[in-house]
Amino acid sequence: MAEIPVDPLGIIERFGPHLSSMTGVRLSTSVEPERLVKTHCCFCGQQCGIQLKVRDNQVIGFEPWEDFPFNRGMLCPKGVKRYLQGSHPDRLTTALQRDPSSPHGFSAMPYADAIGRVASEIARIQQAYGAGAVGVLGGASLTTEKTYLLGKFARVCLKTPFIDYNGRLCMVSAGAANKKAFGIDRTTNPWSDMVGTEVIWVAGSNVAECSPITTNYIWQAREQGAKIIVQDPRITPVARTCDLYLPVKPGRDAALFAGVLQIMIERDWLDHAFIAEHTVGFEQVAEYCREWTLPRTADVTGVPQRALLQAAEWWGTAKTSFLFHARGIEHHSNGVQNSLGTINLVLASGRIGKPKCGYGTIVGQANGQGGREHGQKCDQLPGWRDISNPEHRRYIAGVWGIDEQELPGPGVDAYELFRKIDRGEIKALLSICFNPKVSLPDNAFVTRCLEKLEFYTAIDFFLNDTAWHADVVLPGSLHEEDEGTVTQVEGRIIKINKAVACPGDAREDWRIIQDIASALGRPRGFTFEHPREIFDELRVASKGGVADYSGVTYEKVTQQLGVFWPCYSEDPRTGAPIDDHAGTPRLFEPGSYNPVAKGAGPFYFPDGRARFNVAEHRLPIDDANEEFPIYLTTGRVVSQFLSGTQTRRIGPLVRQYAEPRIEMHPRLAAKLGIADGEWATAETRRGSMTLRAQVVTTIRPDTIFIPYHWAGRKSANQLTVAAQDPISKIPQYKVCGCRVRRATAPPEYAAVLEPQQ
Amino acid sequence: MAKPDYLQFFIDPNRCIGCQACVQACSECDTHRGESMIHLEYIDRPESVQTVPVVCMHCEQPTCAEVCPADAIKRTGDGVVQSARKPRCIACGNCVVACPFGVPELYEDRKIMMKCDMCYDRTSVGKKPMCATVCPSQALFFGTREQIEQLRPLSTPVNTFRFGNQTITTQVHVMVPRSLVSRTPHIDVVAAMDERPLSRAVSLKVVSMSDAPEQRQAADGDPFAEVEV
Repeated sequence: MAEIPVDPLGIIERFGPHLSSMTGVRLSTSVEPERLVKTHCCFCGQQCGIQLKVRDNQVIGFEPWEDFPFNRGMLCPKGVKRYLQGSHPDRLTTALQRDPSSPHGFSAMPYADAIGRVASEIARIQQAYGAGAVGVLGGASLTTEKTYLLGKFARVCLKTPFIDYNGRLCMVSAGAANKKAFGIDRTTNPWSDMVGTEVIWVAGSNVAECSPITTNYIWQAREQGAKIIVQDPRITPVARTCDLYLPVKPGRDAALFAGVLQIMIERDWLDHAFIAEHTVGFEQVAEYCREWTLPRTADVTGVPQRALLQAAEWWGTAKTSFLFHARGIEHHSNGVQNSLGTINLVLASGRIGKPKCGYGTIVGQANGQGGREHGQKCDQLPGWRDISNPEHRRYIAGVWGIDEQELPGPGVDAYELFRKIDRGEIKALLSICFNPKVSLPDNAFVTRCLEKLEFYTAIDFFLNDTAWHADVVLPGSLHEEDEGTVTQVEGRIIKINKAVACPGDAREDWRIIQDIASALGRPRGFTFEHPREIFDELRVASKGGVADYSGVTYEKVTQQLGVFWPCYSEDPRTGAPIDDHAGTPRLFEPGSYNPVAKGAGPFYFPDGRARFNVAEHRLPIDDANEEFPIYLTTGRVVSQFLSGTQTRRIGPLVRQYAEPRIEMHPRLAAKLGIADGEWATAETRRGSMTLRAQVVTTIRPDTIFIPYHWAGRKSANQLTVAAQDPISKIPQYKVCGCRVRRATAPPEYAAVLEPQQ
Repeated sequence: MAKPDYLQFFIDPNRCIGCQACVQACSECDTHRGESMIHLEYIDRPESVQTVPVVCMHCEQPTCAEVCPADAIKRTGDGVVQSARKPRCIACGNCVVACPFGVPELYEDRKIMMKCDMCYDRTSVGKKPMCATVCPSQALFFGTREQIEQLRPLSTPVNTFRFGNQTITTQVHVMVPRSLVSRTPHIDVVAAMDERPLSRAVSLKVVSMSDAPEQRQAADGDPFAEVEV
């Protein structure tokens, strides 16, 4: 039974989102904190250091942490107000059960009963339909310890192959491309290497709003002479003063990279020595690029020829550079190809593996890096190991004390998992740190799937929009209520420290997972008493893998203010134990040794060479056409985060940008007869939604933009298409065909819902 | 305690990304009681994402104080122009109208003007103001003159502003591109008022492409000029 128990307004009335504000001790000037806890922001992958002020088991404010090297005290508005998620009226402090007789749809239940119910339902369903009838969804905002435990729980305790995570909507295109090109999936250089470069290429990243701290690195590089190239359909704040803006048409990024590489080939702006010594596959790429003549590239991408030439010249002739990309080029059914296109530009330039020569992918979620390394992905085992590789399976089975035969094989991606629910193959779902009803594309389909489940349990600290469908909700922990590690955008492992204890019946997520294992009668391997114990097992499990954490300790992380992986406990050359390996801030340095190449070269393949990959342009699925002539693209605003479970509950952040708007160019608005601030209806093949228009010249006139942080009738993912990249399975959030008209009346929700609801 | 002289406040609007971290952080200063005393403005949002944080410039001869009929605005010995003193302020709004930089705002519900006091509770004990500490683009910077000169070689700090015949000197500096400063050692505010914001200030600069002269075009201000609707 996974239909919503009562009318949504009843659920919202009790469970929110309501707004928190600065009241009581948080306002008082006379109340001093008992202590300052050095930790990190709970939101994006930059993982800014911050000090939380704590008094009486409550976070009452923050103080900048200027000694943390990445952000040196800097924070975005989300970081400034992140502490207001604590002591929140919507906080779940008991377990809940679905209760249609309650006006609010749920009633409290004792925690032990809730665990018992979850275990008995899982057992019943697995007995009736098999182990694979249960699916698990995790998330990349969890600590690495939790993601490791969740992967182990799914495979060892539940014995199901069907686990995946919300990084599927985030980092998988970049990850797959990195794996194909470098054999390792991590930003190559610390961000400090950006300052002092000649060129920085920002491909599809609204840095100022999605990773604000990175802006200062870019601006500082510019002060010291770097030229900034920004590729985006919108003139975002970093595009505003860039040196070269590439106004790419949504979904044409691979064509742009191929066209630029073709110019570099024609003008011989290549590092031939690097290509010959350290790469393979350049000839095939050059062959493919031949068809991308300047006029054709300009025609397909919508970027003027002179801008393409300029980009190629600056990139081709620079001595030092940094290129990074984010969801703008990755959220496509061609996302892996787009990412490979950028890597081809980097490899052709030879500017990698050196100071001031870097490549990186901007991580979206808090643990977007660590969360994709240790086994909550459907095809992966800890240490970035492959679940289909017999040797990898044997090693991990050994660590977990099970027979290799017992270890399930690869599962399916998060969206396919919903298709399995639709087909009746998965009957029960356990989710944590994932709000797919808001965040997955074509979310009307997701809702229908949730309604088909026989049993659904969600672990969360607020009742998120997906958890409305749950039979049982288990009260989990906020970021500041637990400790552990995460790995931020640079590949730097950092320490999250506990500031306060969980309120009421709520408890640390890893305890909840272990409680379920215990209630299922399979506690073996799930009896950790502390996150440190989980981390110590993870170190062993990751040892010898590409993402080797074996030399990382909590103490080393704290002492060094972060450790870049790989960090070894044994010298990979000799096997001799080492306890002082400081980590690897910069990958692929000349002469560097890695356990895959074994000295053959700096890249993580047996021959030590990086791979060029033909990065083919393919048109988007459900591209703009006569019927739906406008491109719809989606993204973030600076004051909100992901599906808004936390940020739509923080008053000052909601007031900064309360509700989604449809951003459109005045020429498009004039054609449609829509004025700034008027209600407009956007429609795709999946559905329609009505929002106020924001008419600005800072977006391509053939494109509209809608931010995706809201739920229900305000959710942009009512419109997006469930097309996925064939390799990474990332959804194509960044483009689909759409049409827009002036709305005849305000939407019904406008009269009954608060902006954040 | 006083704010050390060698620490100064610098604003670089070119760096501003409009994120409001400064405004949100201002309300977290202990003595601000949850109120932000600064604001952030879009210059012309339909045309540009350009924003500018509005913190007090801390004038050497503050017009706000000069026009205050209740003598509610005081300047400390170290040059910080304080927010209105509660018992004195009559919320007449003279300062709001008179400030040449548009800094003070009237809080109608509480009948008081409040504005940036350069986080006096922090700066007077050697800390940086909250806004400049958190600013993720460092459009707001608090530090020494040597630091700013080393970090920002392309621009130079200016703290004199000309309004017609009146020249105002401020404690807070605005970073101005060096190429402009060589022409004007001060900022001519009246002239700037007629300037439109650089609408889409992105440039499509054309380098000389000797083998493709037909592609040379004058750089235009609108990168979307060729996009069909």
